[in-house]
Amino acid sequence: MQNLASFTIAQVKEGLRSKQFSALELAREAVRFAEAENPKTNAYLTFSPELAESAALEIDAKLARGEDIGLLGGVPIAVKDVLSTKGVRTTCASRMLENYVPAYDATAVEKLKAAGALIVGKANCDEFAMGSSNENSAYGPVRNPVSLDRVPGGSSGGSAAVVAQGTAVASLGSDTGGSIRQPASFCGVVGVTPTYGRVSRYGLVAFASSLDHVGPLARNVSDAATVLQAIAGRDELDATSAFAPVDDYLKEMRKPVQGMKIGIPKEYFEGLEAETGDKIYAGLEVLKKLGCEVKEVSLPHTPYAISCYYIICTAEASSNLARYDGVRYTARVEAATLNEMYSRTRGELFGMECKRRIMLGTYVLSHGYYDAYYLKAQKVRTLIAGDFSNALEGVDALVAPVSPFPAFKIGEKMADPMQMYLSDIYTITGDLAGIPCMSVPCGKTAAGLPVGMQIFSGHFRESTMFRLAYAFEQAGGVA
Amino acid sequence: MEFSKEDVRKVARLANLNLNEAEVDRMAHDMGEVLTHMEQLSTLDTSNVQPMAQVLFDAPATASLREDVIRKRTLLGTEEALRNAALSGAGHFKVPRVIER
Repeated sequence: MQNLASFTIAQVKEGLRSKQFSALELAREAVRFAEAENPKTNAYLTFSPELAESAALEIDAKLARGEDIGLLGGVPIAVKDVLSTKGVRTTCASRMLENYVPAYDATAVEKLKAAGALIVGKANCDEFAMGSSNENSAYGPVRNPVSLDRVPGGSSGGSAAVVAQGTAVASLGSDTGGSIRQPASFCGVVGVTPTYGRVSRYGLVAFASSLDHVGPLARNVSDAATVLQAIAGRDELDATSAFAPVDDYLKEMRKPVQGMKIGIPKEYFEGLEAETGDKIYAGLEVLKKLGCEVKEVSLPHTPYAISCYYIICTAEASSNLARYDGVRYTARVEAATLNEMYSRTRGELFGMECKRRIMLGTYVLSHGYYDAYYLKAQKVRTLIAGDFSNALEGVDALVAPVSPFPAFKIGEKMADPMQMYLSDIYTITGDLAGIPCMSVPCGKTAAGLPVGMQIFSGHFRESTMFRLAYAFEQAGGVA
Repeated sequence: MEFSKEDVRKVARLANLNLNEAEVDRMAHDMGEVLTHMEQLSTLDTSNVQPMAQVLFDAPATASLREDVIRKRTLLGTEEALRNAALSGAGHFKVPRVIER
């Protein structure tokens, strides 16, 4: 299995079909390889060889009987450690959940299993998915496989790194303000944030419920679309889960893009590094050559997005993280009184970024400040979502950068939380509007750092987004 | 805006979050900086704008309601439900004594 590190879903399936290897051999080799490579990047927190091998045995039995092995049959996949996995430790990269073993699977994980995936392990991330660099993990930062002294992005840094490093064929991440797309762009892989509600949030450890999305990361557009196909759909266990039928992404993706209209949001080309801008413009030239029409559009409330987002997400986080009180979730710091036990458990076991967000969220929701902050932010969210509906009226999709700059050095932005928050400017808006968006590789800087091109489309129009991304990839993208 | 150490301590009490002195200092600085940035929202007129609590739901508001019956898929037994307890006993979660006799 020399190609393990660059395997695509199609290659795995072909290898199994032509008996180059069995699913069990693949599962063992995938876990062995991931464990051996992990010290370089720290991308995995936990390995799940038993899960991978038991799934593999089922695949081999199906192959022997000549049965269909499923959409992801035999495909080694990593799962971000904020998604609950039955019987497999789920830490959220926090000391608070160091020994937490869920009693149930997240719906997205259950669907991966039903589709035949081999779950290799749990991917490192920022603590409770709060961060843009993966430096907020209680178990150490993840290193970017492309350049080991740089961050992989965050919060799904481990999920992006394993795909770039080749220690999984694809992975699941979660995106609340860019946590799939930004690490995908930093590591040079494909990352997809579907429409809000498209993938069930059941079993995703809640950070900001009105903004949380589950989505795939993979080495190409087709693989990302395949994983999304497997996990999308209505789930009665998530009350906000969408009813809309799920498209056949692999079929829709191959339709021509000739004549498609693309909007360029002018506000997303202000204040980004020149080299990043050059790559995105080069990407737009590729799309024009494919017959797309490109025109400038405006998302006028963009300058207010960071404030709006960090009020809503911290408010929801302060509420969601209230459950970690030293009673139900494994960890406790003993104290004489109940209140002291709560405070000491939370004070000692949450990391600094979680504390900062709990504090901000508690403050913006507190008596006398609610209208000025939380209610105001909810109104601004209406305006930001409205910007996208207006812009998408005249075009099929929007194209923009994912991040103003490529992967930065580990430690470079940790001293100043506001600077870190500002780096999310181009991605948080997609979550606020609940629209599907993705990052697709768009060349590298002179220093060899990947740049990601972002594509946004309208609610439930993932197919439109995949069509553009697939055509772009097939055309060779940007060198 | 200024966010004092006293402000930090007050909010930390509301959040049941024990902070040490160094963290109180750091938090006062960081929250001051972030809240200053957030003040920009007050310059935006939103008097005729509806707040958005939920970005998208593609069905009637009652679509997720269901019959009040036991759902087997999400049912955990007592043992299973207590497995992750910090401390349990006699089928219950145990916490420090709350009521003195």
